[in-house]
Amino acid sequence: MIQIENLTKKFGNAISLDAINLKIQSGDCVALMGPNGAGKTTLIRLILGYYHPTNGQVLINGKNPIKERVDVLQNISFVPQLPPPIKLSLEELIAYVCKSTQVQKEKILHFAQEMELDIEPNLKKSFFKLSGGMKQKMLIAISLARRGEIIIYDEPTANLDPKARDNFHRLLQTQNHPNISLFVTHRIDEMRDIVNRQIYMDLGKIINDEKI
Amino acid sequence: MNNLFLIAFLDVKESIRAKWFLIYTIVFGGLIALFFIAGVTESQVMGFSGLSRLLLMYIQVTIVILPIFILITTVRSISGDRDNHILEYMLSFPISLHHYYWGKVIGRFATVFLPVLFAMILALFIGLFKGSGIPWNIFILYSGLLFALCSSFLGIAFLISSIVKSSEIALGFSFFIWIFLLAFIDIALISLMMQNRLSEELIIGISLINPMEVFRVAAISLFDPQLTVMGPVAYYILDNIALPLFILFSIAYPTLVGVLFAFLGFKIFKKTDLV
Repeated sequence: MIQIENLTKKFGNAISLDAINLKIQSGDCVALMGPNGAGKTTLIRLILGYYHPTNGQVLINGKNPIKERVDVLQNISFVPQLPPPIKLSLEELIAYVCKSTQVQKEKILHFAQEMELDIEPNLKKSFFKLSGGMKQKMLIAISLARRGEIIIYDEPTANLDPKARDNFHRLLQTQNHPNISLFVTHRIDEMRDIVNRQIYMDLGKIINDEKI
Repeated sequence: MNNLFLIAFLDVKESIRAKWFLIYTIVFGGLIALFFIAGVTESQVMGFSGLSRLLLMYIQVTIVILPIFILITTVRSISGDRDNHILEYMLSFPISLHHYYWGKVIGRFATVFLPVLFAMILALFIGLFKGSGIPWNIFILYSGLLFALCSSFLGIAFLISSIVKSSEIALGFSFFIWIFLLAFIDIALISLMMQNRLSEELIIGISLINPMEVFRVAAISLFDPQLTVMGPVAYYILDNIALPLFILFSIAYPTLVGVLFAFLGFKIFKKTDLV
């Protein structure tokens, strides 16, 4: 369960999140929506323990993601909006993932194949040299292989072509659903078959939170 | 522990592929080759010739270029990863900040220290091949001094990298630190001494806070044990500290500075927003 209590985050004088209260329970599949600057990414970064809250707290299964980051992140899979220019080769990136999370390499290769990413000939290639779509497919394959209790996807299909999007949605639907899924998205139509809750944010506040 | 060495190992592999590492290795390896080609081993200064002369020249060049190389390549280690969102992704895995940070420090230390050490070993091999005698005392002392210099500037660089959020500012800051320690602190001390007639204890004390100055004096001490090239300051140093003790200090102090700065950097890295 993700429990957010009175959470405020300020950067200088700018308030990015304004006293947010939110509870995301097991079985919730959430579409997190809102315009640019609404505070969606800040919220995700607080959940992942990257930011120190100005006020309030975030608890993941009762644990603080800053103080107990290893325990908390053991159960979270994350895919960012833009794949970062990681200089490691795919082989090294896979080694990093496998050793830090105990995921089997075969699982990653399997999901890469499911995402129609031809990974074998590219294993020695630097991650940043792949195309935008290939990078995103790779990160999705890693996240699916991890089978996190909580998955957080920040605009996961932004760089994908329509076929890859279909593959991604198919894989999400055929997977045993993780306990909690959190999708940052601007396209609710695409996610309608997957999500069961919609949260709309603006100016650092939750404007609307409804089951769908 | 496994994750610590995993991060260190991956950082080394990443660095080896980077262009800066290639240039770095070529510069230091090339220096040695250049010295041999230029006939440095055949020249003589203050009774020094052969490999001793070459290593002396190598260390004099190293003192200028090694710190700036370490600073500009290392300050981007964390701030650069933060800038381009690599940190955001890599830290989404269950790796402790302790392992991530110190793994980066270990990996980066290996990539900055080993090429300069190997360049000296290369000099020994070429010297051996040419039939020169091996000056083991100089080699061991210089290895220790290079280790200490690498440690201190690596620590400073990781502190900057943790404090500064943007890699551009980190680069500018590191250039300032380099020029300040290389020249400004001496110029400031000389002018202070001339204008205000401050006590020599204070002036020399401030001067020896600077790891580059300590390195310089220790390097000179081996070919000129009386430190005559330094003028009256030599009397002060040698009257107060025995030379072996000063050499020990010249290795221990910069290493300690590096560890302290790196530790401070870790505290800041842990206590502030990561991305």
